[in-house]
Amino acid sequence: MSDGMEQVRSLTDQKYKYGFVTDIEADVAPKGLNEDIIRFISAKKGEPEWLLEWRLKAYKLWLGEIEPNWAKLHHPPIDYQDAYYYSAPKKKDGPKSLDEVDPKLLETYEKLGVPLHERAALAGVAVDAVFDSVSVATTYKGKLEEMGIIFTSMSEAVKKHPDLVRKYLGSVVPYSDNYFATLNSAVFTDGSFVYVPPGVRCPMELSTYFRMNAEKTGQFERTLIIADKGSYVSYLEGCTAPMRDENQLHAAVVELVALDEAEIKYSTVQNWYPGDEQGRGGIYNFVTKRGACRGRASRISWTQVETGSAITWKYPSCILQGDDSVGEFYSVAITNNFQQADTGTKMIHIGRNTRSRIISKGISAGHADNTYRGLVRVLPKAHGARNHTQCDSLLIGDRCGAHTTPYIESRNSSARIEHEATTSKISEEQLFYARQRGLSEEEAVSLIVNGFCRDVLQHLPMEFAVEAQKLVAISLEGSVG
Amino acid sequence: MTGTSHPDWLASLRRVARAKADAAGLPTRRDEAWKYTDVAALGVGSFLLAEQPRGAVPEVAPLGDTIRLLLVNGNLVAAPDEPLPAGVVVDRLDSGFSAGVVQAHLGQVIPADAKSLATLNSALFADGVVLRIGAGVKVDRPFEIVSFGQGGDEPVAFHPRCLVVVEEGGSATLIERHLGSGSYFSNSVVEIALADGASLHHYKQQDEAAHAVHVATTGVSLAGGARYAGVLVQTGARLARHEVHAALGGQDASFGLDGAYLGAGQQHLDTTTFVNHVAPGGASRQVFKGVLDDQARGVYQGTVLVQRGAQKTDAHQLSKALLLSPHAEMDGKPELEIYADDVKCGHGCTVGDIDETALFYLRARGIDEATARHLLIEAFLAEVLDQIEVEPVRQAFAAVLGERLEGAHATRRSDDHRQG
Repeated sequence: MSDGMEQVRSLTDQKYKYGFVTDIEADVAPKGLNEDIIRFISAKKGEPEWLLEWRLKAYKLWLGEIEPNWAKLHHPPIDYQDAYYYSAPKKKDGPKSLDEVDPKLLETYEKLGVPLHERAALAGVAVDAVFDSVSVATTYKGKLEEMGIIFTSMSEAVKKHPDLVRKYLGSVVPYSDNYFATLNSAVFTDGSFVYVPPGVRCPMELSTYFRMNAEKTGQFERTLIIADKGSYVSYLEGCTAPMRDENQLHAAVVELVALDEAEIKYSTVQNWYPGDEQGRGGIYNFVTKRGACRGRASRISWTQVETGSAITWKYPSCILQGDDSVGEFYSVAITNNFQQADTGTKMIHIGRNTRSRIISKGISAGHADNTYRGLVRVLPKAHGARNHTQCDSLLIGDRCGAHTTPYIESRNSSARIEHEATTSKISEEQLFYARQRGLSEEEAVSLIVNGFCRDVLQHLPMEFAVEAQKLVAISLEGSVG
Repeated sequence: MTGTSHPDWLASLRRVARAKADAAGLPTRRDEAWKYTDVAALGVGSFLLAEQPRGAVPEVAPLGDTIRLLLVNGNLVAAPDEPLPAGVVVDRLDSGFSAGVVQAHLGQVIPADAKSLATLNSALFADGVVLRIGAGVKVDRPFEIVSFGQGGDEPVAFHPRCLVVVEEGGSATLIERHLGSGSYFSNSVVEIALADGASLHHYKQQDEAAHAVHVATTGVSLAGGARYAGVLVQTGARLARHEVHAALGGQDASFGLDGAYLGAGQQHLDTTTFVNHVAPGGASRQVFKGVLDDQARGVYQGTVLVQRGAQKTDAHQLSKALLLSPHAEMDGKPELEIYADDVKCGHGCTVGDIDETALFYLRARGIDEATARHLLIEAFLAEVLDQIEVEPVRQAFAAVLGERLEGAHATRRSDDHRQG
């Protein structure tokens, strides 16, 4: 036991590995938020009139709204005027290829373990790297273009594919959706845009590395992925952020649209700066992610490993409109020190024979609070709908909290909904068993926690699975209470 | 009972509650605790406060050999006239005889939150009843408190109030029944304080009149080693909500609550529980089984809170609902809020139709579909009824459930016949 406590301390003493700041002259909008800033962002990006109108509508609505307070989260009030809403790396006539990209940027990615050319070449991963707010390098575009797949930054998509953007932007998460999504609609700077044409199976995992850099710049990405009839795409999102003392606000929106028989797999590893061991600093992560299974037999699957951020407010959801459509949510959320996570999903069953599956694993250590909050709603016409939910919480130490708040609403008698939740700690017996076989306490805990998360981690693509398992181990190794 | 006759402390408690309730108004669906139940929608806010009942005392057959109290529209009309077992006191809340005990417990076990309808009850109850079991006293004969609602030409509102105190090592059985006729709003509060090692079996039947609105708040406080075992059967009322607030304040306390509800027509049946594990070693178990037909709607909201330091807690909640009709609805929200690591907590929640394979099994043995369904539903609810240890009570509760099921079936059969 005392060994365990030692290790908790040594773990919590670990400094955040990815804390460094790259010095690049940012092209920054003045601090604060008002109509002029929104016009500035829109002008800077050369956006069409309709998009500016849309942003302004969102902004006007946002002004009259109040921040939601229903989540089990506590943080000092956010001063939205005390932040910069636009910062872009300086352009020198725009890079034509990777060689022209600011070497400092590439260096940053290397520190992160994402050497663009190598990774792209070796792993076959196309990286649309977002550095603060503007996409600076996109690889494998040619290869994808041949297949008719559009994988580009949102800004570029607005210019090159305005019809697609206009048709789908805000169609899953309308600008009026919630406080943070409304803010995002007003000020979003960039993000990724993916369109996969009918019948095309995207041959590689599409990947974007988000990274916040310029001090006090909130990130407001907007990602839109459309899988046309019978297509398939797997998208990876992974994040690290430099160390800061001040809280940074992040309010992203991700919209997925799956048409008939299309499948979208969206995987996230979120490892942003969680704050220090006293709970100072760290990212505030308020994200709206939603997928619409619009077509018959379409499928959307969310897999997330959440280990970072001081505050996580995130509910990747599926609207199961098409008959026989399937929604899945696999989540591992780990909180330590003073981190707070309120995360879960919503599965809205509208079409017939729609199915959803939720597996959520919450691990709480230190003084952290970890909440699963989810909604399963079956509407009257969803005959034969089926849901299974499994929520397991693991508590490490007696100062943390683990909470489960599911909402289950059924309005169809032929639907079957099952929800199960458990809360437990790592048992002395399991530890003893593993240690008896020669494992150190750290290895034993890592083994047990990885086993606890296995149902979720196995849904990650290979590239992420390895990284995620390491993350799980690093985040908690040895922290046995 | 009028306000002026109260002792000062009680008058002041009521004044404070009155001010709070007036300021807060009735809860609306914007209040998270009332998200699924709109108590104001049926106009209860404008019901007149019931006056002293006139006319004959309604006949209600007792459930076996019990010590009976009868309240009509919240007024005590019949108290036991037989000698009570030694160490047992049955009294009015304001009589002064039990003032010490009443003052120590009244309003302590229920939520003080202004939106709670218990606060409205504190402000407006007519005759309150206190039931006190002395230390070490074990009462075998069950107490039976019947609250009867009598709606007149205009719907009325009343607020039955009851305090049950079981002192160290005492034990008793309480049967609580809510019945009535006509249209009324019954807003009942029962507070139960169990001292060290005390134990109470509590069987509640909610079979209010078809047009009634029933809201009940039951508070239970458990000291060290205290035991509470409750069974709740809800079949009546147009809209009903049974709210339980249990606090396991002493070590190794045990709380159990099983519920069965059967809704048909437009009925709305809500069960909301809040179990607060404060001390270590506590155990809580909740099982709720619901059957919803026609356009009936069921709600189960259950929170288990395990506070920091309440180690070795073992807490489980289970809610299962059967939807028998395409227009029935079930909303569930089982919540766990855990702040201690060495605990075993879990919950389960299911909603669905009758198991097709079980139905097939019975039909393959020559049982017609209606009978087979009836059998399966009875079996589904039996798990709850089997927790009742007083045979006449179990039989009576089972009979009411059986009757309602039969009624629903009769309607269905005649529907089938018409369609055929």
